[in-house]
Amino acid sequence: MIPLSWYLILAALLFGIGLFGVLARKNVIAILLGIELMLNAVNINLLAFWRYLAPEEVVGQVFTAMVFVVAAAEVAVGLALVISVWRRRNKSSADELDMLKW
Amino acid sequence: MEPIQVVFLIGAALVLFSAVMVVTRSNLIHAALYLILTLFGVAMIFVLLEAFYWAVIQVVVYIGAIAIMIIMAIMVTRDVTGEEHEPFNKNVIWAGLLGLLVVVTLVWSLTFWPQFGAEIQQSVDSQNVIADLGSQFFSGQGYLIPSIVASILLLAALIAAIKIAFPIKQEEED
Amino acid sequence: MGFDPVQIVAEWLRNLLLGWGASDLLTEVILKFIGAFLVAAVIMLVFILLTWVERKGAARFQDRIGPNRVGPFGLIQPIADALKMLTKEDTRPEGADAVSYELAPILAVFSVLMAWAVIPFTETWIGADLSVGVMYIAAVGSFGVISVMMAGWSSNNKYSLIGAFRGVAQLISYEVPLFLSLLVPVFLARSMGVNSIVEAQGQGGVWFIVMAPLAAIIYFVSALAEVGRAPFDLLEAESEIVAGYHVEYSGIKFGLFQAAEFLHSFTFAALMSILFFGGWHGPWADQYMLLGLVYFLIKTSIFYLVIIWSRLTFPRVRIDQLMNLNWKFMVPLSLILLMGMPLIDYATRLTDNWVRVAAQLAFNLVLAAIAFGMAARADRRQNKRERVTFEGRPVAVMPKAPAAEEETAA
Repeated sequence: MIPLSWYLILAALLFGIGLFGVLARKNVIAILLGIELMLNAVNINLLAFWRYLAPEEVVGQVFTAMVFVVAAAEVAVGLALVISVWRRRNKSSADELDMLKW
Repeated sequence: MEPIQVVFLIGAALVLFSAVMVVTRSNLIHAALYLILTLFGVAMIFVLLEAFYWAVIQVVVYIGAIAIMIIMAIMVTRDVTGEEHEPFNKNVIWAGLLGLLVVVTLVWSLTFWPQFGAEIQQSVDSQNVIADLGSQFFSGQGYLIPSIVASILLLAALIAAIKIAFPIKQEEED
Repeated sequence: MGFDPVQIVAEWLRNLLLGWGASDLLTEVILKFIGAFLVAAVIMLVFILLTWVERKGAARFQDRIGPNRVGPFGLIQPIADALKMLTKEDTRPEGADAVSYELAPILAVFSVLMAWAVIPFTETWIGADLSVGVMYIAAVGSFGVISVMMAGWSSNNKYSLIGAFRGVAQLISYEVPLFLSLLVPVFLARSMGVNSIVEAQGQGGVWFIVMAPLAAIIYFVSALAEVGRAPFDLLEAESEIVAGYHVEYSGIKFGLFQAAEFLHSFTFAALMSILFFGGWHGPWADQYMLLGLVYFLIKTSIFYLVIIWSRLTFPRVRIDQLMNLNWKFMVPLSLILLMGMPLIDYATRLTDNWVRVAAQLAFNLVLAAIAFGMAARADRRQNKRERVTFEGRPVAVMPKAPAAEEETAA
């Protein structure tokens, strides 16, 4: 059978890759992709803990549902912001968007 | 090496390979397509965890909605003149080191936890799991308030996204 | 249970493989692979038949004969079509993204074939009896949207990109009433498994069409829009946006897109018969299992014919009319339906079975009357029309003063 450690290591690696994506990419949308990877890693973690340690309780799945909802809401608003900035400034690179007021 | 371990290793390899591709491709649409592959791999992992409902929700919500939103935003905001420029900014090395540090710290500190290598103790009946989840989401002693808060959050995000991304009418400075 | 050929063949194969020394697990895996391959192969062969039905049906509706030269009644015509398509030049536009371009038609067919894993042909002939079968089908449907996006973008053609954007907007908009109306049979059967829904309509129950006709109508219209069939075929309107997102595809890739569309509508016809009309259930289906297969195929064929019929009857819907219909009519209606039916169910939970059925039916009919009445009144108020009469008989209905926003053609 699959021990719990395998799932946790997979989630940790996915989280690390997502973190690298957030910190090291220029384009704002690529940063959002990294955030999605991190949220998926969190979901794997939550469901693994739910399945292995407390499958008769429901709280692990409720938390997973909340993470899904937060991810969807944040991607929607983030992309709306990116599109709005693009319309004004024609730029979508996080390095170049460095002025608080223009 | 049991068959289910082989399946897990295949799924994990798919997830990790596509995730590395997501963060290293300079062509954003390729990165988004690799993200779809990653999300599909994560759905496979959910199936291995016997969370079938969440695997299906992962496909519907992430792949069917979020990934499509991301692809459409990439298409709207890309520069038309061929874009194979450098994907990374100047913090690549530090970002890589920090990611590595986070992974190593997580895994190493978890090895001190006695239940780290736990195996599956009891089986779940997936029909009851879904029914239980549903009834808990709507019971006062259960998780009714989080579900209502989640709905309000989605409504707020919907209204905000519409308002922010609405095209600028006439007051555009050029 | 009766005569079950699949079980007999499976037992024989299993004994054969075990006799050759394969382990239990390997035998199971091989048998499942053979089963999946058979289902996929049969479905692709069904596609060949569906093209013949489409062409003959379209011809008869349009008062002509249709293909009748190649074989008796034109039955070999689809094979001739397939051969023609296979021998066409396999192009790729310059500047197209190679992987996405090749992958998009494959993904389209892949997402449709995946849905057939959970559809029950009879009581025991089902690929995988998932406990979340209905949601799985919904997920697979939303997976097909990716192929439209990839096809439109990778063709390096701005018209195909515009077509892909409109197509994706239509597809993801109509997923909402589709999922909401799919939830009505799930709620009536108290289970998300597809076989459980069929069995809930079986012994002692009524077909869900009697309890929820409005949900069936919403499901049917949303399914038509999901597939991209007329009257919602903006995605490939040949006279308007010149085949939309698959304008740059030729030969077998275009054939795969067509296969995906026809098979998708066949899948939705099968789902309609399962969710609302009892699937393989019918008189004496319990004793003779093959009779269940016959019932299922008859019901599915009837709905597929209705889909072809609606394609050939209604004019194409404009994109803004499409979006208005979805967001202003179907989504609120399906939400109210989904909220009202559990209330009625709870209110009648202690009465007889037929009282519950009658109450749900009454609620559906009243809601449909109110909704369609309101829509008709809004339409009458918006488009004032004047009846042109000749000797007292109405001969035409003319729009009075063409308002600007109604007359912009696509």
